[in-house]
Amino acid sequence: MELLLDSLFNGVAIGSVLLVAALGLAIVFGLMGVINLAHGELMMLGAYTTYVTQLIFKLPILKPFYNSYIIVSIFLAFIVSGVVGILLEKTIIRKLYGSPLETLLATWGVSLILQQFVRSVPLAYGTGLVISLIIGLFLPTTFPSKIKESINFKYFKFSSWIFAALSGVLTGSVISSSVSKLSRASARNVDVTAPSWMRGQVEIIGTAFPKTRLMIIVITLISVVAITLFLNQSAWGMRIRAVTQNRQMSDCLGISTEKVDIITFGIGSGLAGVAGVAVSLLGSVGPNVGGNYIVGCFMVVVLGGVGNLLGTVLASFGIGIMTDLIGAGRLLSIWPDMPLPLSNTINFFATTSMARVMIFALIVIFLQFKPTGLFPQKGRMVEN
Amino acid sequence: MRISRRILAGLATASLAVTATSCGGGGTSGSFDDTVTVGILHSLSGTMAISESTLVDTEKMAIEEINAAGGVTVGGKSYKIEYIVEDGASDWPTFAEKSKKLIDQDGVPVVFGGWTSASRKAMLPVYESKDAFLYYPIQYEAQECSNNIFYTGATPNQQSEPATDFMYKRSPAAGGDFFLVGSDYVFPRTSNTITKAQVKQLGGNVVGEDYLPLGNTEVAPIISKIKKALPDGGIIINTLNGDQNVAFFKQIQDAGITPSSGYYVMNYSIAEEEISTIGPEFLEGHYGAWNYMMSIDTPASKKFAASFKKRWGADRVVADPQESAYNMVYLWKQAVEDAGTFDDNAVREALVGQTFDAPQGPVEVMPNHHLSQTVRIGEINAEGGFTILEETGVVLPQAWNQKHPSSKGFACDWTDPSKGEKYKL
Repeated sequence: MELLLDSLFNGVAIGSVLLVAALGLAIVFGLMGVINLAHGELMMLGAYTTYVTQLIFKLPILKPFYNSYIIVSIFLAFIVSGVVGILLEKTIIRKLYGSPLETLLATWGVSLILQQFVRSVPLAYGTGLVISLIIGLFLPTTFPSKIKESINFKYFKFSSWIFAALSGVLTGSVISSSVSKLSRASARNVDVTAPSWMRGQVEIIGTAFPKTRLMIIVITLISVVAITLFLNQSAWGMRIRAVTQNRQMSDCLGISTEKVDIITFGIGSGLAGVAGVAVSLLGSVGPNVGGNYIVGCFMVVVLGGVGNLLGTVLASFGIGIMTDLIGAGRLLSIWPDMPLPLSNTINFFATTSMARVMIFALIVIFLQFKPTGLFPQKGRMVEN
Repeated sequence: MRISRRILAGLATASLAVTATSCGGGGTSGSFDDTVTVGILHSLSGTMAISESTLVDTEKMAIEEINAAGGVTVGGKSYKIEYIVEDGASDWPTFAEKSKKLIDQDGVPVVFGGWTSASRKAMLPVYESKDAFLYYPIQYEAQECSNNIFYTGATPNQQSEPATDFMYKRSPAAGGDFFLVGSDYVFPRTSNTITKAQVKQLGGNVVGEDYLPLGNTEVAPIISKIKKALPDGGIIINTLNGDQNVAFFKQIQDAGITPSSGYYVMNYSIAEEEISTIGPEFLEGHYGAWNYMMSIDTPASKKFAASFKKRWGADRVVADPQESAYNMVYLWKQAVEDAGTFDDNAVREALVGQTFDAPQGPVEVMPNHHLSQTVRIGEINAEGGFTILEETGVVLPQAWNQKHPSSKGFACDWTDPSKGEKYKL
């Protein structure tokens, strides 16, 4: 019983990291059909946001609230990655809809640029830049339409970008002067330390579970529930699904497909940011952190069936549980006196490297029989 | 037209000046009869840049120190050392390509470079075919002995073997079972083969081993294996690489695998630099084994740390790889002065037998192109340094490990033409 519980928990823990990382991609790649190779780097931005938030919460003014920084950083990471994603959509991806190869190359280029960006730009100014982006993109939309109509909107946009740039420079210099760790560029990996209430383990029914893992499971659950509700219950969610299923028809019926694309991509990218927070709790934060997860993300989405959230959920937990079963050699402890050749085979695959090989092999075999994944989507894609 | 041409000329001069200052390193004191240009080849971009750039800093510092003390004196003429820094870009073929460039195009007499074994293996054929000379400063898995490479890092018998011995005989977990964790590449696998043979000799048990593919940070299966194999604590030998250590230590602490519950981790890839990245709160009470530790309380060690901080910033630390890099520049200088020429073959001959009062204590170049070194075992403390527990005497390097089944009974000696790279003892 304890063994089963332990194994199930481990599987769910591994799976939920995969799921939270793949969730954003399931939307961007699954619903929009955009192969976004910069998804891992959007996660990295989320992880760095956590790091910056952590340092800012160490300032004397915010010190009393230090324990809650991780909650705050979830929202901030969503916004930061979401805004960078929106910018990416507006400037690059929009022009490449329907040409997957070009999208793939362009987003790969973006991922390299983002990696080098965090290596060579001090994080304080990086934060400033993101803040000016947020203000510049959203300030013009907050004005009532009456004002927009009365004055030439071009000047309006222009002046709000100037304001945005100024406030960006200001935040950048304020942060760099108050937090010395953020004032210099560094390619060194940095570390996010979980607040004390999240360290250690809790005992549930006699088995000890690490708290950070539980936290990641909770973050994942909330993200999945929120995104499902959003897609199925809200008006914009309905529009997103409509555009996914038939772009031309939705366009004819008066849905602004352009806006839908922006929102879909923004949410997908924002979820990558949330995944970044989760990932930063497990390991270190560095320019390459996203690259470690991107293959796993695509694997999950493809296995689950492109464009289906339920498939993504099942696929990631499936992979998680298989990883634990094979990698930790669980079958041996469930059935200790199995015949020798079988136990030798299981032992051979019971290392992390070989478990990975085994899982990839199983996925390849599975896709031979169901090339469209667990739950194939019957609708149409952006490129049709 | 004329103005623009003048501006262009001005720009050209300016850029020349910039190149001159950025390439030509070193102090300006004293007058020199001539200059000699050496090559520095490490990754300045990509994954390895974090580690390798500290070596570039150290090598620059050593060169500046030598220049400030009058440079290299060869045949009565004093030479100022200048250097060309090339970027290996964390890409192994690039290391080979840049080596060719440094040797053929720039004609440098020596290249200081490399970190990963993969980069060394990529460079080796270049140096052997051109009969040039590479100085390699990292502790590594050995099982190699090139006439054209000079290794200043530790071999396994100068790091892992004394460490295993300490863990099995004198650590708080003495007599306990071993679990081996490493990244999946050549160094951890070779090192662990040696450790397994050694533990068997000592009469202990290795109850499990696992390797994490490079770039993978999912350590949950490894943790459940450790808990299953060592339910009541034991010895963990860790050869994980770089940031995989962060994931490993964060998560084993959460899973209750800590010194207070009887688990002691011995690390071969965690030095002062890594401790500050991972965070001492995750590492306190675990162990490390190195030739040099920043906490060595000798004037030479303190001077080394102080001059590095003075040159590169008070928050910088020095660690074992940097010390090896520092030593190799000085050893090269001494060998060149003894040989009286920059010529490879003469320098190579003069190199064997060179001694140097390194920050770790005296080192000597052995006929197998490795260094005799002192081994230290340290416990990681809350301040992010090592509390040195044990210090061996000088340990001679074994290029061919005597515990590894494939190299048992072999040795390397380049001073005797009849012996060479690999001969039977």
